[in-house]
Amino acid sequence: MNPLVRRVVRRSALFVVALVFIAALWEFYKVVGPEDGGALFGINILPRSNSRAMPHVWDMLSRYGRPELRSSERKIWRVVLAGAWFSLRLSLVGFAIGTTVGIALAILMARFKVVERGLLPYLVVSQTVPLIALAPLVVSWGGKLEVFGYEWPRWLSASVLGAFLAFFPVAVGTLRGLSSANPASLELMDSYAASWTQTLFRLRFPAAVPFMVPALKLAASSSVIGVVVAEISTGLRGGIGRLIIEYAREATGDPAKVFTAVFGAALLGLAMAGLVAAFDLCAMRNRPKEAL
Amino acid sequence: MSTVSVSNLSKIFNEGKANQVGALVDVSLSIEKGEFVSLIGPSGCGKSTLLRLIANLLEPTSGDIVVAGKSAKQSRLDQDYGMAFQQAGLFDWRTVTKNIELPLELKGWDKTKREARSREMLDLVKLPEFADHFPWQLSGGMQQRVAIARALAAHPPLLLMDEPFGALDEMTREHMQAELLSICAATGTTVVFVTHSIPEAVYLSNRVVVMSPRPGRITKIVDVNLDGHCNETTRERPEFFAAITAVREALRASGSHGHTGVGVEDR
Repeated sequence: MNPLVRRVVRRSALFVVALVFIAALWEFYKVVGPEDGGALFGINILPRSNSRAMPHVWDMLSRYGRPELRSSERKIWRVVLAGAWFSLRLSLVGFAIGTTVGIALAILMARFKVVERGLLPYLVVSQTVPLIALAPLVVSWGGKLEVFGYEWPRWLSASVLGAFLAFFPVAVGTLRGLSSANPASLELMDSYAASWTQTLFRLRFPAAVPFMVPALKLAASSSVIGVVVAEISTGLRGGIGRLIIEYAREATGDPAKVFTAVFGAALLGLAMAGLVAAFDLCAMRNRPKEAL
Repeated sequence: MSTVSVSNLSKIFNEGKANQVGALVDVSLSIEKGEFVSLIGPSGCGKSTLLRLIANLLEPTSGDIVVAGKSAKQSRLDQDYGMAFQQAGLFDWRTVTKNIELPLELKGWDKTKREARSREMLDLVKLPEFADHFPWQLSGGMQQRVAIARALAAHPPLLLMDEPFGALDEMTREHMQAELLSICAATGTTVVFVTHSIPEAVYLSNRVVVMSPRPGRITKIVDVNLDGHCNETTRERPEFFAAITAVREALRASGSHGHTGVGVEDR
């Protein structure tokens, strides 16, 4: 069998085993854990194991097969899948914007040390601004702002918030990668009288790829978090974030329902991580194996 | 006209500061076309600095450098020299062919011309079957041969080498030295070669420039006359040993410690 195929199969098998293990752990705690929570060393820390707080795994799974509302015919798995697809598209847009901005900033900082010294602290500060505080502001652009004659759509605000979280790891990782080029290789490019742009594309970027892959992985999950949080805090309809708050309100009567949406969000994150993994495979296929 | 002409050259690092170092003081040297010249001396004698000044990777503090009839800077911009370092320094993400084509790409050559040249260079360094391999799939000696092919790809009249065989084992090293001499004989390239090894310098060179540290300067230039260089038996001939002795004595005379300069290999 092709080694790549074998690797993918092995990884998938491990993933399923891990899922089963977590499900087993969940059920095990339901058996041994206290019904109404408990204290450990005087601190209330043990979660409640009753079926309202922790529904059985099979209850959550079977919930997917039943309709979303008593009045509707639509099975809940379709609703969750549609919500995840909606949020996935927003996350992809956010990831694309964030990656572009992050790489652009990294190039600027690599080119001009002054920019790096002046800008980097602000980039760090930007990440300490709580997203929930920022969300209403960005969302208020919806319908009010016009960009090149087009009205600013509300969904784009959610993507922008995803991008706001995603750009940071990309900027920092790429900057680190761009400066990782071997001094001897830089000297070689100098001896060829290569311009800065030639050195950037022929040496610095290829040398940066191993640093960009983990940064992109972080950015992919960050963009999902940004979009979901933006959906939750602004009530944007159609996405998985909205489903999570809606279903959470019904947690008393239908505790398994909110978990169906939570797993939908996890699926979304997996899809984004898969995208980066595919990029990783493509970009690193010709590199020495110890670098992987 | 000489290919490289250096006159009254000085290079002082950190000038005017407490850690000021006289890397090179008042160095003059002239290298003729087609000549093979080695720079040898203990660590800190400024041999690599001199090479980098000729390559215009460093600016001199004072003095003049003329390379191929132009200023050092102009000849760097015109790509009048190729360079090879101790580490082959190939790009991991490029195939052997693409590595050799790098300088040609930067000069804006078109694809067909580049491919023809890289095939020619691969034949020259005897690696035609490795064209599509990646550098990390090759042995150290093969990587160094690719680096030499890259340095010579644009057919520069001058080749600057900074301990290119320093990281190779003894067998590979002697083999590479013979290869380098036959390549230079075939292309007529002028070579400036920095090394730590006395036998290597003697085997390869027409002239061995002996340098000494604190401050970096040229103490003696030893002429080597070994006719018919590319020969298996060269290393066993009395002239070879005589030249080695001459270089060793020059190093000893220049060394401040009264013995063979620290950091110079006898092998």
